[in-house]
Amino acid sequence: MEAVTFIQIDPANALQLFLVGFVGGMVSGFIGSGGAFVLTPAMMTMGAPGIVAVASNMCHKFPKAIVGALKRHEYGQVDWKLGIAMGVFAEIGVFVGKHVMSRIQDAYGDVGTSLYVSIVFIVVLATVGTFVLRDAWRLYRAERAGADVHTHTVTRAARYLQSVEIPGTMVYFASLKARMSIVFIAPLGFATGMLAATIAVGGFIGVPAMIYLLGAPALMASATELVIAFIMGLGGTIFYALDGVVDIRLAMIILAGSLFGIQLGAVGTTYVKDHAVKLVMGLIMVIVLFSRFFYLPGYLASMGRIEPIAPQTLAMLKMLGDGTLVLALAVGGLAILWALFSGMVAHRQQHEELAAADGIED
Amino acid sequence: MSSGKSVILAKAIAYGIASVALYALLFVYAGETVELARRTREGETILFLVPIVVAFVFSFVHGAFTGFFWVAVGLNPAVKKKKKKK
Repeated sequence: MEAVTFIQIDPANALQLFLVGFVGGMVSGFIGSGGAFVLTPAMMTMGAPGIVAVASNMCHKFPKAIVGALKRHEYGQVDWKLGIAMGVFAEIGVFVGKHVMSRIQDAYGDVGTSLYVSIVFIVVLATVGTFVLRDAWRLYRAERAGADVHTHTVTRAARYLQSVEIPGTMVYFASLKARMSIVFIAPLGFATGMLAATIAVGGFIGVPAMIYLLGAPALMASATELVIAFIMGLGGTIFYALDGVVDIRLAMIILAGSLFGIQLGAVGTTYVKDHAVKLVMGLIMVIVLFSRFFYLPGYLASMGRIEPIAPQTLAMLKMLGDGTLVLALAVGGLAILWALFSGMVAHRQQHEELAAADGIED
Repeated sequence: MSSGKSVILAKAIAYGIASVALYALLFVYAGETVELARRTREGETILFLVPIVVAFVFSFVHGAFTGFFWVAVGLNPAVKKKKKKK
């Protein structure tokens, strides 16, 4: 394997990593998927090669995921059976995805993995982010129009998949309130793991797949994703650790911030409606996707695939990419905090009204 | 302060101290962790266990600390209260 470089860590970038970890953790606790779509690019922005950023991200993710899953289990949001079933197939996907990454590292070095991670980020975020955002907008408008959006609606695709009986493969899942064939779970789990090994955020496939293709409510899907994240995060970390590309310093500093964040995000889910989770997820995905665009020319020029780019142009592109990433962090963090605190205020008012009504009745 | 809150606060402080101690150790031995990763790449594959064990220990201690911390500062999940049936 090509030489792998670990970045210098000083108090300033340690603080940066802590803060990024906090917001990333908050996003994870709230929408279930890693928050790593912020963390991987952030580490790469600080100079960590793509493979080290993904490996270190995974290493902070699996312990964080189990802490988050146990927290949300307390709120009755976790479907352990579905999480374990998806997680087992995701592990196979992680193995294949990691193999692809290692091959790219061997062939093109650090810049090759950075380019590959960026391209996958853009393709996946553009596709899934737009879809999730559109669904959140549809729910929001339905709510404004007075429709009942509190009841979880199962998509036509999910209803169809639930109706297909394949003998010997049917399993009942509590979150779906239905039986589903393992034959359909397997490819979704595999794709989740493959993506996780590539960009450390399998949840971008896992959560929407559980919602739109299997028929799980968004809150349960995001909580169950934490179980999948733990299983594949542990497996992925072992694969990468065997290659010696896990930077435990990076991973543990991020973990410090993200464990504060994940518990805050998990508490936040108990105060919001289902569509708020989708809205925050879609918003962040779309903003992060734009940040990666700005880095592509630099990677391509380094690999000699395009004409060299003037240093000042590269510096400007990097600044734009970094700025967009900060924007995604700020938007995500503020959206979750807003949802949490406005939900807490509404919840308190509701309790006071109920208490007053009880007082009159008594 | 009620006894329940005192216990939560005491646990938050105890786990907080343990967490700070772990991070101090990581800071002191930062160079050694980079060296261990290099040796793993060079063939001492058994050393892959080090980051796994470190991650588990940190998550247990720091996870417990952050959990108690948020409860100690008054951040609790929403409790659904239903209207009485008449």
